[in-house]
Amino acid sequence: MSEIKKEWPLWEVFIRSKQGLSHKHVGSLRAADAKMAIENARDVYTRRSEGISIWVVESVNVHASNPTEQGPMFEPSDDKVYRHPTFYEVPEGVGHM
Amino acid sequence: MNKELYEYVLRMGDDSLILGQRLGEWCGHGPILEEDIALTNVALDILGQARILMDYAGKLTNKKEDEVAFLREEWDYKNVLLVEQPNGDFAQTILRQFFFDAFRLPFFKELQNSKDETLSGLALKAVKETTYHLQHSSNWVIRLGDGTDESHQRLETALEDLWMFTSELFYADEVDTKLVNEGIAVDVNKIKPIWDAKVSEVFAQAKLQIPEEGWMQKGGREGKHTEHLGFLLSEMQYMQRAYPGCEW
Repeated sequence: MSEIKKEWPLWEVFIRSKQGLSHKHVGSLRAADAKMAIENARDVYTRRSEGISIWVVESVNVHASNPTEQGPMFEPSDDKVYRHPTFYEVPEGVGHM
Repeated sequence: MNKELYEYVLRMGDDSLILGQRLGEWCGHGPILEEDIALTNVALDILGQARILMDYAGKLTNKKEDEVAFLREEWDYKNVLLVEQPNGDFAQTILRQFFFDAFRLPFFKELQNSKDETLSGLALKAVKETTYHLQHSSNWVIRLGDGTDESHQRLETALEDLWMFTSELFYADEVDTKLVNEGIAVDVNKIKPIWDAKVSEVFAQAKLQIPEEGWMQKGGREGKHTEHLGFLLSEMQYMQRAYPGCEW
């Protein structure tokens, strides 16, 4: 007989604060399934009107880059400033750039 | 003063006030952090509804909201007996909540059509809140009922304790008759079949049997309460009794 797990799985919570913006990671919580995770996220993370949409992802499904490989992963882009769109003037009135 | 309206507002307001206080007792004691916050969210919604009604009852009698809420004697509270029952374990709290939410949602939906603007305005706001409360409590009844042997057993025990308090939700007397005729109050006879259908639906999923017809308790609407209300009131009223008029 397999042992019954005493803890519910961990879930990562993403909230979209308003139309047009993307979902942003806000934290994590425990829940037995996706339905409960969304309800718990609503109760824990949107009590102060933080959001209009919630995503939850079970934490085991999040695959991360390895912190020890930071050099080879990220440093090569440090000296390539020409990749930043800093040579353009942003017209007035354009938000979220 | 409109005596019937005052009575009607108190009944509804006391249901909210007393249940809000009960749920507030869970604050810091929830089974898990997430549920602790969920229960206190529900408590705050319900307390918000209570405040509107206490304020309204106060306006009808030239009193302040706090005076109405905190400075009455036990027999002047008109809430149904269901809401004053102790929290017990989580199953007990959830089942009490489910019975109440399943009543309150269709009740508030009807109350939106009330000719009394304070009541219809309250109902408009409360329908959204209560829709979520009912979803939350129904989901938990199903999870506990269709969960482990222990969770099912605890829910069965809660059902045995609470079922006899459910029919009082549909209490109606001459106060209701008069206000229903004036287009102010909700005819609870219309709510009963909706409540029955919801309970059947959720119980079927929770693998629970609806109990046979049996003795049903009542008395709360007339101010005759169970032994639990006095203890709740002594805690709830302490601040206003010790420091009259205190605010923060």
